[in-house]
Amino acid sequence: MSAVLKPNQKFVVCDGNEAAALAVTLAQVDMVAVYPITPQSSLVEYLAKFAADGKLDAEIVDVEGEHSVLSVLHGATLAGARTYTATCGPGLAFMFEPYMRTPGMRMPLVMTIVTRDTLTPQSVWGGHQDAMSVREIGWIQMYCETVQEVLDTTIMAYKIAEHHDVMLPVNVCHDGNYLSYGATRCELPDKDKVHAFLGTRDVNWHAALDPERPMAIDPLTGGAGGPGPAMFVRYRKGQCTGMQNSLRVIEEVHAEWERVFGRGHSPLIEQYRMEDAEYALVTIGSMTGAAKDAVDEARERGQRVGLVKVKTFRPFPSKVVVQAFKNVKAIGVVDRSVNFSWNNGPLFQEVVGALYQAPTRIPAMSFIGGLAGADLTTGHFGRVIERVADMARGGEPGETVWLNQDD
Amino acid sequence: MTKQAKAPFDASTIPNDLCPIASTPNPMLPGDWRSMRPVVNRDKCVKCAVCWLYCPVQCVVEKAAWFDFDLATCKGCGICMRECPHGAITMVEEAS
Repeated sequence: MSAVLKPNQKFVVCDGNEAAALAVTLAQVDMVAVYPITPQSSLVEYLAKFAADGKLDAEIVDVEGEHSVLSVLHGATLAGARTYTATCGPGLAFMFEPYMRTPGMRMPLVMTIVTRDTLTPQSVWGGHQDAMSVREIGWIQMYCETVQEVLDTTIMAYKIAEHHDVMLPVNVCHDGNYLSYGATRCELPDKDKVHAFLGTRDVNWHAALDPERPMAIDPLTGGAGGPGPAMFVRYRKGQCTGMQNSLRVIEEVHAEWERVFGRGHSPLIEQYRMEDAEYALVTIGSMTGAAKDAVDEARERGQRVGLVKVKTFRPFPSKVVVQAFKNVKAIGVVDRSVNFSWNNGPLFQEVVGALYQAPTRIPAMSFIGGLAGADLTTGHFGRVIERVADMARGGEPGETVWLNQDD
Repeated sequence: MTKQAKAPFDASTIPNDLCPIASTPNPMLPGDWRSMRPVVNRDKCVKCAVCWLYCPVQCVVEKAAWFDFDLATCKGCGICMRECPHGAITMVEEAS
């Protein structure tokens, strides 16, 4: 970690938490407010170390809890600062009130969720339940597959969030345990190139805490009284417009990243071996690596299976999802979290929601695995592929399958 | 205590569907529902500005040799009285 920002340093070996901290350093963030919580804690420690070493020129505010973390950053953002924090699980729950207000105030701050399964049952291990639980709050959410993607996406997140057509906060989600602590070789982008890529911060052009241009931020809209419901509706619709704009901006920013740094990531969804696929898996996050291996093994056996990884979950890229599945006969969606209402997974629910726009009904099944840090192996994905292959041959979709039920 | 250096923020230059903001003052003032009002003892006031610093609604007004209050905005919270290091402020009931 002493390698950070050494002149001409190109490669480091780091875990996802350090990669996020390196990205924050490269993005020249002005203010970080944090409260440590497993499995995010080492990310905070890296940030504190980089700041103490003089490599990260940011104010680091240690506050008494996550509610204050985000409240502090609201003030900083309205004063014009580029801001960052990270949390997970119970910390995210404690942050909920200011978390809800952040997108409505159109604050382009970036927050990593080092995903953790929610309590209860007691768990300090990975799972997407925390991030998925806040999927309707209006933050952009991007889920990473690799440590490199964590680093690159965290930097890109600032450019996406601060785009004037977007102006929304971004959650970069990386899997607790698997990405937070999994160390790998990682390429560091050039510092000057990152600075040029991100450009000058301009985060409070729309709402500012500035004594020289006084204004009230987020006053009562009047609801159904005062100026009438139209004002509230206008701001809500504005948020939706920003979200939909972000689909285009996310693609543009990823394309520019690839041009500048010569290393690319799929912006909305990644299609893996989908060209001639008869059926497909849908994955999200770090499980995708094992799933791709399982797809390769099945391909060697002559099975025409492909995979779609959803990176951008919020806003949900429904058009490209429908397009990706236009030739497949069956789909298996693997979630790392639970949709309690439908007795299946939230990603499954989104995918079938999008597929309602498809010209024909495609049979789909929900698979839930990797809860509370459980490993998802090629063996698990092999079972998923067999079940989906059966559907492609005309078998009926069944009830949700819990992949680690007997592990 | 200084005058505004810039022109007031012109909200018409930004989209009206981003963050709700208000750059014109709200006519509702707390002066008419205050139950206690602060009164300064000018003999004790040394113009240290502690009341000015602490007043949450910034209603403390600078006079030649003392500080006074804009009673249109003062909500009567009494923080100035509590913080004044010279005991120069008392809170007086608004009744009658």
